[in-house]
Amino acid sequence: MTKKLMRGSHVLGEAAVLAGCRYYFGYPITPQNEVPEYMSRRLLEVGGTFIQAESELASINMVIGAAMAGGRVMTSSSSPGISLKQEGISYLAGQELPAVIANMIRGGPGLGNIAPSQSDYFQATRGGGHGDYRCIVLAPASIQELADMTLQAFDLADKYRNPVMILGDGMMGQMMEPVTFPEPVDPAKLPEKDWVLDGAKDRPQRIILSMLLDPKILEAHNYKLVRKYDAVRENETAWEMTDCDDARLVVAAYGTAARIAGGAIRRVRQRGLKVGLFRPKTLWPFPAKPLEELSHRVRHILTFELCAGQMVEDVQLAVKGQAEVKLYGRPGGVIPTPEDVAHQISHYYYGAHLDEEGPGGGA
Amino acid sequence: MKGHISIDRERCKGCGLCVHFCPRQVITVSKDLNQKGYYPAEPVEAGEDAKGCNACTICGIVCPDVAIEVYRD
Amino acid sequence: MKQVFARPKSLKPAATHYCPGCGHSIIHRLVAEVIDELGIQERTIGVPPAGCAVLAYNYFDVDMGEAPHGRAVAVATGIKRVLPDRVVFTYQGDGDIAAIGTAESIHAANRGEKITAIFVNNAVYGMTGGQMAPTTVPGLVTTTTPGGRQVNRDGAPLDLTQMLAVAKGAVYLERVAVSDPKHIRQAKKAIKKAFQVQLDGLGFALVEVLSACPTNWKMDSITAWQWVKDSMTKDFPLGVIKDETGYDAGPETEAGDDR
Repeated sequence: MTKKLMRGSHVLGEAAVLAGCRYYFGYPITPQNEVPEYMSRRLLEVGGTFIQAESELASINMVIGAAMAGGRVMTSSSSPGISLKQEGISYLAGQELPAVIANMIRGGPGLGNIAPSQSDYFQATRGGGHGDYRCIVLAPASIQELADMTLQAFDLADKYRNPVMILGDGMMGQMMEPVTFPEPVDPAKLPEKDWVLDGAKDRPQRIILSMLLDPKILEAHNYKLVRKYDAVRENETAWEMTDCDDARLVVAAYGTAARIAGGAIRRVRQRGLKVGLFRPKTLWPFPAKPLEELSHRVRHILTFELCAGQMVEDVQLAVKGQAEVKLYGRPGGVIPTPEDVAHQISHYYYGAHLDEEGPGGGA
Repeated sequence: MKGHISIDRERCKGCGLCVHFCPRQVITVSKDLNQKGYYPAEPVEAGEDAKGCNACTICGIVCPDVAIEVYRD
Repeated sequence: MKQVFARPKSLKPAATHYCPGCGHSIIHRLVAEVIDELGIQERTIGVPPAGCAVLAYNYFDVDMGEAPHGRAVAVATGIKRVLPDRVVFTYQGDGDIAAIGTAESIHAANRGEKITAIFVNNAVYGMTGGQMAPTTVPGLVTTTTPGGRQVNRDGAPLDLTQMLAVAKGAVYLERVAVSDPKHIRQAKKAIKKAFQVQLDGLGFALVEVLSACPTNWKMDSITAWQWVKDSMTKDFPLGVIKDETGYDAGPETEAGDDR
C-alpha cells in the first residue's frame, strides 16, 4: 500500500496498470490528455502496449480487438471523443467483451468547452450507441475513489464480460489528492478466459460474432444480456448516504457535484437545517431502491448536477411521486461554489417550510 | 496421363466457369436441376477416342464453390 | 488414383451463401490454401468485415472476431498487439477498407502493423444490394449511380492500395485478380507472400483482389470474370505496387504456374 499525491488523470492510468491493464489505445482531447501521456510512459515500463490511434473511433475498435484476444484494455477520452466511440461500445456489449472506458466529461453539446461537466449522464447510462445494452457506469467523487473504482472497473468488466465506464470530469482529471494504491495485479495470474481468440490450437475454432440474422437467436441473445444486467443491478448497485437519518431534505448528487453539495450541506447544517446527501456511486445500475425507501420519509429531494438536468429523471423515477424532486442544474462548465448550493438548499428548505416544527417539518 | 473429376451436384450453383475454362471441354451442363434449382455442371462421358480429362485442376481452381475434386488415374 | 485437387483443410465444408460465380468464394479458398501450406491454422485469427464476407467465419476454420464495418484493421491491430506471435489477417470489401475504413487502413499501414489485409475489390457494395463503392469504375451502373458512374458527378474511383504505398510501414502491396486460372494462381502467390511478410514480422502487407460480382453487375459469371480482366484493370492495373520485402523470387511458385 503506497501513498502518493497524484493528479486524477495519472491516478486513472496508474490504477489501470495496477489492475493488470497492459493495453491502452487513446487520442488526445482536453481535459484528459494526461491519461494517454501517462500511459505512453507507464506501459513501456511494464511491457505493455500504448497506441495513440488516428481517432477515438479507431481506438475503441482496437479495444475490441485487444479484448477479443484476452487483454485487460482501457481507453479514455472526453465527451466528443466518447460520442465517436459509441458504436464500438455497443459492439463491446453485444459481443460480451470486457473493457474499461473513462470519460472525463467536458462542457457540451458539440465542441462545448473543456470545463468540468456532467452532461454525458444520459449517454453513459442510457447508452449512446444502438441496441438494448447497458454500460456499468461508475462515478468517483474523490481521487482515492477514482483509483478504487478503476480497479473495480476491470474486475466488473471481466466478471460480467461487459464494457464498464468511469465518469470523471475536467476537474477530477486535474485535481491532486493523496491516494493509496493496493498491490499490483499480475495479468498472468488473472483467471483463465476460455472464450478468447488466441488461435484454435488443440481446440475447435472460436468465433466472436455480432451479427445474428435470425430474430429468434438475436432475441435470445438480448434476453441473455438482460439477465446479465439484472444480475449487475442485483449485485453491484452502490451508493452512499450521509446525514440522511434526520434529514427533511436530501440533495441527490454524484461525482464532483456531490463534493460541492457536501460542503454546502456542512454549511446549512451549522445553521440548523436538517439536510442529507444521497450519492450514487454506480450511475448504472442506478440505486433506485434505497432512494425510494428514503422518499417514504424525506419528501423533498434537490437534485444537483453540473448539467441542465439528466440524473434528475432517474431520481423522479425512483421516488415514484412520493417526494417532490427539484433540480439545481448548472450546465456549460460553470462550477457553483458550496455557498451557491447552500443558498439553493436554504431557498428550497424554507420555501417548503421544512424549518417549522412537526414530524416532517412543513410536509 | 488420364484423370477424372467428381462434381458435387448439390453444391454446384451452375455458374458455368468450369465448363468455360476447361481446356479439353470435358465438362458440360446437366439437364436436371439440383435441389437449389441450378443446372449443375457434370463431367462429359469421354468416349475412347475423345480427349479425356488430364487432371489439370483448372476446373477446381475456377470453381467458386469447391464443388469439384480432381483425380489423376 | 491420386487426388490432386480438394478443399483445403482450413476451409470448412459448409456450402457458401455467395452468389454463383462470386469471387469471394475463390479468395476464401486461396487464403485457406495459404494457411494450410504455411501450417498456421492453429495460430491464425481472422477479422471479417461487415459486407458480403461477414459470414466468413462460417467458412474459415480459424478463430474469427467480427469487426464493425470499416474497422477490421483497427480490431486486428488490437488482437495483434496482444498476441504478437499469432497470425492476424483481415478480410475486407472495398467499401469496408476504402470508404468508411480509409483512415484505419492508412494509419495501420503507416504504423506498420504486422497484419495481413485481404482487400476484395468488386466495385460495388454487394451485401447491401449493389450501391456505388469507392472503387466503382466510371460507367458502371449501380443502384446509386444511375446511368453509370460519372466522374464529374460521383467522383473518380479511389485507388486505396496506391495511397497506402506512401505509408512507410506498408512493406508489401500487390493488386491481383480472380479472372481466370492464371490470375488466380498469381493471386494465391501474392496472398501467400503477404502472409509470409507477417510471419517474418516485416510490417503491413495488403493484397487487393479484383473480384467479380455477377449479381450486382447484372452479368453472367463468365462475362463478369471477363469484365474484371478487361474493364476493371483499366482503373485498377494489376501488379506489385510496393515490395520492400527483400524476397528475391518470392515463395516457391506452384508447379505449372504459367499455363
